[in-house]
Formats: sequence, C-alpha cells, structure tokens
Amino acid sequence: MALQNLDRRIIYILIFLAVSIPLIKPIGLKMHISENVKKVYSLVQETPENSRVLFSFDYDPASMPELHPMAISAFRQALLKKQKIVCTAMWPMGVQMYEDVVKKMKVEFPNIKYGVDYINLGYKAGGIVTMQAMESDINKVFPTDFSGKALSDFPIMNNVSSLKNFKYVLSFSAGAPGIKEWVMIAHDQAKIKVAGGVTAVSAPSILPYVNDQHQLVGLLGGMAAAAQFESLNHFKGTATKGMDAQSLAHLVIIIFILMGNLNYILLKKKKERGNK
Amino acid sequence: MIHFMTVLGIWVGAFMTLSIFSFLYNDNPFYKIAEQIFVGLSAGYWFVYTIYNILLPNLVDKLNADFSGNIILIIPAILGIFMLLRLVPNAEWLSRYPISLMIGTTAGIGLLTYLKSDVIAQITATMINPFSGNSIGAIIGNFLLIIGTFSGIIYFYFSKKHEGAFGVTAKTGIYFLMVSFGAAFGYTAMARISLLIGRLQFLLGDWLHIIH
Repeated sequence: MALQNLDRRIIYILIFLAVSIPLIKPIGLKMHISENVKKVYSLVQETPENSRVLFSFDYDPASMPELHPMAISAFRQALLKKQKIVCTAMWPMGVQMYEDVVKKMKVEFPNIKYGVDYINLGYKAGGIVTMQAMESDINKVFPTDFSGKALSDFPIMNNVSSLKNFKYVLSFSAGAPGIKEWVMIAHDQAKIKVAGGVTAVSAPSILPYVNDQHQLVGLLGGMAAAAQFESLNHFKGTATKGMDAQSLAHLVIIIFILMGNLNYILLKKKKERGNK
Repeated sequence: MIHFMTVLGIWVGAFMTLSIFSFLYNDNPFYKIAEQIFVGLSAGYWFVYTIYNILLPNLVDKLNADFSGNIILIIPAILGIFMLLRLVPNAEWLSRYPISLMIGTTAGIGLLTYLKSDVIAQITATMINPFSGNSIGAIIGNFLLIIGTFSGIIYFYFSKKHEGAFGVTAKTGIYFLMVSFGAAFGYTAMARISLLIGRLQFLLGDWLHIIH
C-alpha cells in the first residue's frame, strides 16, 4: 500500500497508543530543564517572605492540561516561600481555575488562611483597561473580594493600593487578555517583574518578550515546560505524568513526517524517470 | 447525593469525550449530539455568567446600594442599551455611539501601549552587544538574534528588487522565517497532544481508574 493512500485512522490509532500506553505504564524518560523555566522558578524562589505577589488566572478549562499544572506548581512554590498571593482573573472562568488550585492546596497546606495567605479578587471584564486601572488604584477596580467583602477587611491587602505594591505578576494565559497585556501594563508601565505560563500554541508569539529588556523574566511554554517546572519544585503532577506520552507521540509524528518526505522524494524521482 | 452527582458528571464527561472522538472515525449522530449540546450549553452558560458576574455586580447592585454615588454608571448602561438596538432596524444607528467610543478608547490605549511594548522595547532588545554573553552559546545566540531580525525585516521590504547583496539578505530572512514556522508547528503539535493527554488522563484516571 502506497504511503499517500494510508488511511488517516491508522495514524490516529498509532497516536492514541503512543499516548495511552505510557500513561498506563510510565517509561520515565529524562527531562532537560530549559533556561526560561529556571528563570520563572528563580523569580518565585528569590522573592522574600511576606511579599505580596499577584497571580492572574487567564485561562479556562480548554487549556487546563497545559496551564493548570503550572498554576498549581507556582501557587505551591509561593506558599512554601510564605509569599502572600493575591489572585485575579482576566478570563471569566479563571475564577473556577483558581478555586480548583486552592482546593488542591488546602489538602497539602491545611493551615493557609483566606485573607491572610491568599485572596481572590475575582474576575473583572475589560482586559488591558482593567490592568491599567489596577496600576493606579486597585481598590477602585476591586473594592471587594470575589465574595463581596471589603478588601480593607483582609490583612493581606494592607498597604496594597496599586500594581506597584506587588513583587511580581504571574499570568497563566491562554490568549488575550493575558500575559502580553500584563507585560504592557505591569512591566512596561508599572516596572514590576512579570512571568508566567502560556499554551504551547501561543509560546512562539510570547517568547520574544523574554529579552534583554526583561519584559518577561521567564516563560513556561506548554506541557513540557509545566513538567520541567514541576520537576524543579520536586512535585510530580499531571504534566510530569504526561511527558512520556508527549515524547512518544512526538516520536510517532516525527516518523510520519520523515516517511512522508521520503515517500515524496521517491515518487518525484519515479515521475522524473517516467518522463525520461 | 453529592457523590452520585460527581459520578454522573464523570460518566457524562466520558460519554461526551468519546462522542467527540468518534468523529475521527467518521461523522455520526453521537458526534452531532455532543457538538450541539456543547454549543447550546456554552451560549447559555455565557449568557447567565455575564448577567450574574458582570451586569449585576458592576451595575445593578451598585445602583441599588448607592444610586446617587454611582449615577455615572447610567452612562455605560445607556451605551449598553444602545448596543442592543442593533437588533431594531429603526434605531440601529444609535449603536454607532458605543461602538465609536469603544474603538476610540481601544485605539487610544493601544497606540501608546503597543508602541512602547511591541515596537520600542522590542527594537531596543535587539540593539545588544553581541559579545556580551557569558558563553559561546550565548554569543552565537546574540548574533543569530541580530542577523535574524535584520534579514527578516529586509525580506519584508518590497520597494527594492530582491537581488545582489540585498537579495542574499532577504533569502537569509526567509530561512529564519522558516525556522520560526517550524518552531511554531512543533509547539502546535505539542499543544494538541497535550489536550489529548488531558482527555486520556480523564478517561483512564477519573473514569476507568486505570491510572492514578
């Protein structure tokens, strides 16, 4: 059977097997940790205790496999470093993502207190306009937390009036508004450090912000970076568990690309010989 | 009851996932059902979400609590109503006011922020000393950054014929662009496989309990 007539469903079955077998029986392939991932880890690691930090949940369930492990690992790392985490969401369903992360954290850190160690400001429509308003006065944008209580009632919000009071912003972003807008406002205007994670699809367009101007301190791009970040945090989450499957599926794709190209060259040569 | 609802939710999720996957074999009624339920549910969910999480807390609740203190909110409320008038042929023209306000505001904000972040900061980040890296790899990276940016921009300059030294530079730009397209494809493949992994972790873990 010629390769160009191969039933696409055979490729689907092979990809399915390449993904499901390592999930059931992990192989334990080695991981190389990239510089960008190390930079994000160092940012959280080197920020002093009791610093106010801002986590923005700018994604929804469609991007959970890639971004949720990053958010969980970063939240966990910040809690271990005793930083005070202020959470917000530029995507409506980011609030549910935050709630799921906190639910998981409460199992490992049963003593963390809402309003003292972390707080949820909730979702606000407006994207970049909201961020810009947060730069001048957070209390005007978010007079209350997600449940409707005044921000002044929570110790974590003492002396927090603008974006400038945060040591860094971490955005877990599946698109706009997200990390790019945080770079524009939080770094380029408020001059605070920004880092975060994005889906693999958007990583190539966001990577140029990790530059000499430090518009982004570092970037986690896709599930591979999420797994590396988990590894630095000595935490085995869903990203780490999925990496064997990811590698094998990529191998299958590479083999098919090579076979396709080889087949194309052979067919071209055959045609040329036929023409002669 | 909560446990029953959780289990039911997982089974519904598994059914919907398998129904969507069934399209890979061929179009079929299960796929169509899942697709249409998803579209309907999404529309309904967003409608309710917008009312309860945007309209009520940002407008109605504030006006109820302190009408005179929040009277300025009447302006966006009226503009919002104007926007909906697009559905009324005789009053459709009124929707141009909120649209023009939105476009004007977005353009005004965007002009400054994009100019600063996407033009000035990005160009400045390219103006580096190529020998400033602390390793051979970093120095090579700096050179590639400068050559790639320069040749890539040259490729998009169409007012001069691409020949001679100019043509060679433009061709170098194409190679850099091809590498970036390859990287983008690689990242896209990784993203799609990640989504499949996420679904299989759900099916094999939450539903079938084969993995933990």
